[in-house]
Amino acid sequence: MKTVDEIKAAIEAAVRGARVDVLTNPGPSGQHSLLLATSTAAAVARFLRDDPEFALDFLSNVTGVDWPDKEITEKVKVPKQVVKTVEGVEQTVEEMVEETRKRVEPGCLEAVYHLYSMAKKQGPVVIRMRTANRSDNVTLPSFTPIWRSAELQEREVFDLYGIVFGGHPDLRRILMWDGFKDHPMRKDYIEPDDFEYEPTAHDEVLARAQAQKAATGMGITPQESGR
Amino acid sequence: MLGEGILKGLSETAKNFAGSFVSKERLTTVEYPEERAPLPEATRVFPFLVYDGSDWQAGMRCVACQICEKECPPKCIYIEKSKDKKPDYVGKMQIYPARFEIDVSVCMSCQICVEVCPFEAIKMDSEFELSTDDRFGGLLHDRKRLAKSNEYYHSIHPTEAAEVDARLAEEKAKVEAKAKAAAEAAAAKATASAKAAEVAPAANAASKPAGGAEESKA
Amino acid sequence: MSAPTTDLSMQLARQEGWNRPPVIEPGGEGELLELAMGPHHPSTHGVFRMDVVLDGERVIKLKPVFGYLHRNHEKIAENTSYLASMPYTDRLDYFCSLTNNWAYALAVEKLSAQAVPERAEYLRVILAEFTRIQNHASTIGFLLQEMGASGTPLMYAFREREKILDLFESLTGSRMMCNYMRFGGCRVDASAAWLDAARKVVSGLPEFVDEFERFLRTNEILMARAQGMGVLRPELAVNAGITGPMLRASGVNYDIRKVDHYGIYDRFKFRVPLGDHWDIYDRYMVRMLEMRESIGILEQALKEIPGGPVMDPKAKIRGFRPKPGEAYGRIEGPKGELGFYLISDGSPNPYRYRVRPPSLINLTVLEDMCLGHNVADVVLIFGSVDIVLGEVDR
Repeated sequence: MKTVDEIKAAIEAAVRGARVDVLTNPGPSGQHSLLLATSTAAAVARFLRDDPEFALDFLSNVTGVDWPDKEITEKVKVPKQVVKTVEGVEQTVEEMVEETRKRVEPGCLEAVYHLYSMAKKQGPVVIRMRTANRSDNVTLPSFTPIWRSAELQEREVFDLYGIVFGGHPDLRRILMWDGFKDHPMRKDYIEPDDFEYEPTAHDEVLARAQAQKAATGMGITPQESGR
Repeated sequence: MLGEGILKGLSETAKNFAGSFVSKERLTTVEYPEERAPLPEATRVFPFLVYDGSDWQAGMRCVACQICEKECPPKCIYIEKSKDKKPDYVGKMQIYPARFEIDVSVCMSCQICVEVCPFEAIKMDSEFELSTDDRFGGLLHDRKRLAKSNEYYHSIHPTEAAEVDARLAEEKAKVEAKAKAAAEAAAAKATASAKAAEVAPAANAASKPAGGAEESKA
Repeated sequence: MSAPTTDLSMQLARQEGWNRPPVIEPGGEGELLELAMGPHHPSTHGVFRMDVVLDGERVIKLKPVFGYLHRNHEKIAENTSYLASMPYTDRLDYFCSLTNNWAYALAVEKLSAQAVPERAEYLRVILAEFTRIQNHASTIGFLLQEMGASGTPLMYAFREREKILDLFESLTGSRMMCNYMRFGGCRVDASAAWLDAARKVVSGLPEFVDEFERFLRTNEILMARAQGMGVLRPELAVNAGITGPMLRASGVNYDIRKVDHYGIYDRFKFRVPLGDHWDIYDRYMVRMLEMRESIGILEQALKEIPGGPVMDPKAKIRGFRPKPGEAYGRIEGPKGELGFYLISDGSPNPYRYRVRPPSLINLTVLEDMCLGHNVADVVLIFGSVDIVLGEVDR
């Protein structure tokens, strides 16, 4: 089985314009992955399936991952007008002042694919694709025309994460019911209030149960259930 | 012959049917609730708290460390610590749980609480006939209901209980040996300081008249 | 027959839509009937619905609908420690809790590079093969019941299954929700008495499998209903990600025990049965033959099991924090490839926990196999896929 760098080289040689990055896995499992650019991802996938050297004809697993927006607090040097006393005279001077700035690094939604070769009994090759952001630009190309096993799994990723797969023959919700509005596996999903009977609640569940009791007047929390 | 396969299958069924009158292997029905199949020793259903001796409050091994509460996957245990302390099986003063409740409608009998308890205080029961018509309060077991004696533990899990008793006896012996060694050391120290105290008053008595003489001078 | 070559794949790749289900034209007169089979249905193996469009008795369209048992196990695992997720894995494929445990333990051991002592590996193999036998026996029992055998083969399968479940209960404490594997080994050791009881059960299994097979193998009704029905072409099976006995009944030689060499399966001699006709009868026979191979593995393992610890002494029970990274670990479960994909960020809870459910992915081709057949055959084809809703919906 080739290493990730060799696979990257082979893809870049075969598919014109393909952009592939190697993401090293810091843990001890040694399963490194390839990050594909979405514009050429379908061509790369087709190459990986049809090339006799790789013959990755079995798509084993499609996973969605949510990387939320990160708020980063950093110290930045900015030029500012400062009033200073220079040699006894008050002046306005431009100086570099250190300021604490907060910025939001946009997160993304990611789809991870595990590919194996049944013909050559090799694998896994891990490829990933990331969306531009988490709110409006959440489209990725669908691999269902290439590997049929992506059909139900991409529907599940759409249902639970909200990634829209372009080119999927039947993209609708699969595990949640059709009228459901949110995407449950996202990190910022808040489940609806359903905490009426929580006699052994802890941490967040306790906080939600107490809030619900305060709001509706009904409910049992550990305070009431004790004897 | 058409139907030969069906007849072969039916002959198997007939053998089983006739055999069920003759051999115990073929008759596998246990007529519950008149008969009950014996449960193996390792069976686990819901947890219970072990107490030594006859008083469930004084002998309860649980020291409300809340490790089982943290490790429980569905978080079905609720513990409130007491304000005062009581002596445990080696005599050390420990806090105890003022409230210890398990919601058995949530408990999934995974036994992780038993695995992580460092004090051999919570063990798995094998009683499963717990139906009640109060679906909320009747399934919330408080510490009085959960407390069962060590003899009961021996009756349901004999090998495990014997091992636990051996471990606790070993711990107790170690603590007692340490206490004895500490007592001996303290006694030795006491006699040494008593001897030193005998010498010191004599020295003090010698130095005092000199001090008194100085005072009278000033 | 080996896996389809890439020449064929390349030919097919040039045809657009070769892996889509065929379009059936309604032939008769009259209206089409839209019917929902399930979720309350005695033959759908759980709460599962199939929206079928019928032309008389023939199926024109079939869309599976599930999610009735969705408990969002993956999100629960993000808020629970690695150890506390182990009892939840029992409840995925609730027939085969020990193989679920093993797959999860394998993925975590890959994530944290944890070694497993030899006796624990032998115990894992023994319990996994027992699980495989009782799962295949139940599946065949249910399939034959749906064919109209009124529960008799099912009850005989369950009678044998009870012996295996009694073994599980005396070792792990519970018949079905075993929670037995840990990261770095197994929870408790098996006593010599247990191993003797296991050998006794294994000695009775060949006779059971013979009787079970003799029952209905040449039954005319079974042969008429199952042979030639529900055909799945091997190239479609590979492309649709089918794994397990269903893949091997379509003639593709891919058994993860032989491919990935996980655990100590390399030490055991066993064969991989393959099907020639790719139909329901082949799936039934492949499962029968796999039961026989499992008995062989069990006999070898119970003979060779060494002494020693069953848990790596350096493994931690509480406070387990693997280094940041990710790992995908998979095993050959009784229903197919069961894989766990874990992303760790160094905290006690996983950042992402994904179950690759074989039952869900094997359902991808349900529509392909059922179109053009009668409604009664849909139940049979569905039964031969062998799904458990706990795994489909998680």
